[in-house]
Amino acid sequence: MFKKLAIGAAFALALAPASTFAAGGGEQHIEDFHFSFEGPFGTWDMNQLQRGLQVYTEVCAACHGLKYVPLRDLEALGYSEEQVITYAADNFEVFDPEEDDFRPAKPTDHFPANNGVGAPDLSLMAKARAGFHGPYGLGINQLFKGMGGAEYIASLLDGYTGHEKEEAGSILYENTAFPGGWISMAPPLSDDQVEFADGHPATVEAMSEDVAAFLMWTAEPKMMERKSAGFVGVLFLTVLSVILYLVNKRLWAPVKGKRLD
Amino acid sequence: MSGIPHDHYEPKTNGEKWLNSRLPIVGLLYDTLMIPTPKNLNWWWIWGIVLAFCLALQIVTGIVLVMHYTPHVDLAFASIEHIMRNVNGGYMLRYLHMNGASLFFVAVYIHIFRGLFYGSYKAPREITWIIGMLIYLMMMGTAFMGYVLPWGQMSFWGATVITGLFGAIPFVGDAIQTWLLGGPAVDNATLNRFFSLHYLLPFVIAALVIVHIWAFHTTGNNNPTGVEVRRGSKAEAEKDTLPFWPYFVIKDLFALAVILVVFWAIVGYMPNYLGHPDNYIEANPLVTPAHIVPEWYFLPFYAILRAFTGEVWVVQFASFITGGIIDAKFFGVLAMFGAILAMALAPWLDTSTVRSGKYRPMFKWWFYLLIIDFFALMWLGAMPAEEPYASFSLIASAYWFAYFFVILPILGVIEKPEAQPETIEEDFNAHYGKANADATPAE
Repeated sequence: MFKKLAIGAAFALALAPASTFAAGGGEQHIEDFHFSFEGPFGTWDMNQLQRGLQVYTEVCAACHGLKYVPLRDLEALGYSEEQVITYAADNFEVFDPEEDDFRPAKPTDHFPANNGVGAPDLSLMAKARAGFHGPYGLGINQLFKGMGGAEYIASLLDGYTGHEKEEAGSILYENTAFPGGWISMAPPLSDDQVEFADGHPATVEAMSEDVAAFLMWTAEPKMMERKSAGFVGVLFLTVLSVILYLVNKRLWAPVKGKRLD
Repeated sequence: MSGIPHDHYEPKTNGEKWLNSRLPIVGLLYDTLMIPTPKNLNWWWIWGIVLAFCLALQIVTGIVLVMHYTPHVDLAFASIEHIMRNVNGGYMLRYLHMNGASLFFVAVYIHIFRGLFYGSYKAPREITWIIGMLIYLMMMGTAFMGYVLPWGQMSFWGATVITGLFGAIPFVGDAIQTWLLGGPAVDNATLNRFFSLHYLLPFVIAALVIVHIWAFHTTGNNNPTGVEVRRGSKAEAEKDTLPFWPYFVIKDLFALAVILVVFWAIVGYMPNYLGHPDNYIEANPLVTPAHIVPEWYFLPFYAILRAFTGEVWVVQFASFITGGIIDAKFFGVLAMFGAILAMALAPWLDTSTVRSGKYRPMFKWWFYLLIIDFFALMWLGAMPAEEPYASFSLIASAYWFAYFFVILPILGVIEKPEAQPETIEEDFNAHYGKANADATPAE
């Protein structure tokens, strides 16, 4: 009885992350998008990440920074060294204390911070938000659907209803994914706002998904390495467990004999 | 070392004799490793090894993390991102350390409740129990300070709330809080001292672990029957025990490997599941998060802290008779620390002469209820401080105290325990076909 209870208890404990308990206010609607990087064996969709980078560069970067992400890391998205050099120089300027002036960015720089209009930095946004909560603070949804940071971002970008209101001198926009339902960010995306080189349709929903995937990459660039380390480790430890099980069984056999009960 | 009679190390060669007469370290290690261990230990006895592993894991990963971490309010958060992005294998080091803390607490809670069920705290093992409780307290302090180091929103606000508890102490609270923080609020001075202590305390824990092991190697392990090993002679003791090496080392390592499969899967596939998304936002003293929630392993005691509001009559009564010195906030702090103290006092609160809960028909059910109560408190600690959670928290907290201060003392008097086996050997042979008389060590 104690055994069963305690096993059940330990299991319940494993299911109860603190993160899920803090439910956001309002009726949030988070669409459970299916990203290619989900699950134990999911991988990045490089084309999607490149499209996401394009959306970020052409739209989001106007207000949001990515200050923790080194530009050189873009090579992981399938760009060559030269392409990254060109991209950095063409799109961003950074302040160089040695020159005491702004200069075009180099791959050794980070994406610039952007504090212009008080918009939050996006480097870690996909890990700083949870798309799924509960139920009843038990964290089960996150166990099955994942934390949902990327889903939250995509749902938010695609979640504008078109309604707006003025409050304390600023305009708020109704959004079905934002906690509380009203967000101060104007709808950033509109259909065909960017033109993808790979001919991918640029609907608001498609762009939202692409940039969300890209921001998942900026937040967790080592996700694939981590998952493969996880796979190798689990495999190794499982084999080790089996070996130790057999050793243990053999070691105890002369002492124990057959189990009676 | 006194204890169960067993073979001791005999230096054979001249070299061994030379060393042994100067420093008997081989003998010490031999005696520690070959300690006679009750052979009927069940799977609940494997968590000690898991805990030792966790301490080693946290110290090793921690030492490497420190090589890349910067304890400064302007740089700490960025240095964590540096570890995650630029340091070779840094993301694994950091996630192992983060989730290692959770494994540590899973293990310590199971270890503590195992002790509570099988009466491991009872004479003559009170010292082992008290040292264990000290280790647990130190673990909580270390984990709390470690959580502040990434300097995320939950780090900052968690530190603000928890150090605020000391501010609730009457008269000297504010002074103590300022002294702890190194200033009027959580800031760079706080971060630096937490960093220093977070590095120091694990080594204090390691020292206490040695004392913990020393203590129970003197008394011998408890076991599921709670019946003591016979120690009249070596032959008698050998009927009840097997040496720790290899029998229990291999058994424990097997269990550890299985647990690590699960642990590694969490680290590899869902490393942020037990964390809080807000801690990926850099600390900002001007923005308070919507919900400040401690890590899961603090939740049961956090629930007890919050349960005693000014509307509870006990609190009002305490405030009345102390002339307002004990207000609701201070009462909550006392209750929280009191809940841990209650566990530490278990050896003197439990009046039953029967050690193991297996043979205590009434105790069992109260104990199972305590387990449920613990999880209820954990859940309630994470829920908002409003009805109906507030009332539930109060009931659950009341049960926690009632278990230790009322139920344990009374049960020992009114309960009729069931028959216990005479010896460990008898218990063991009741489960396994082969009498231990013909047992030979494996080749």
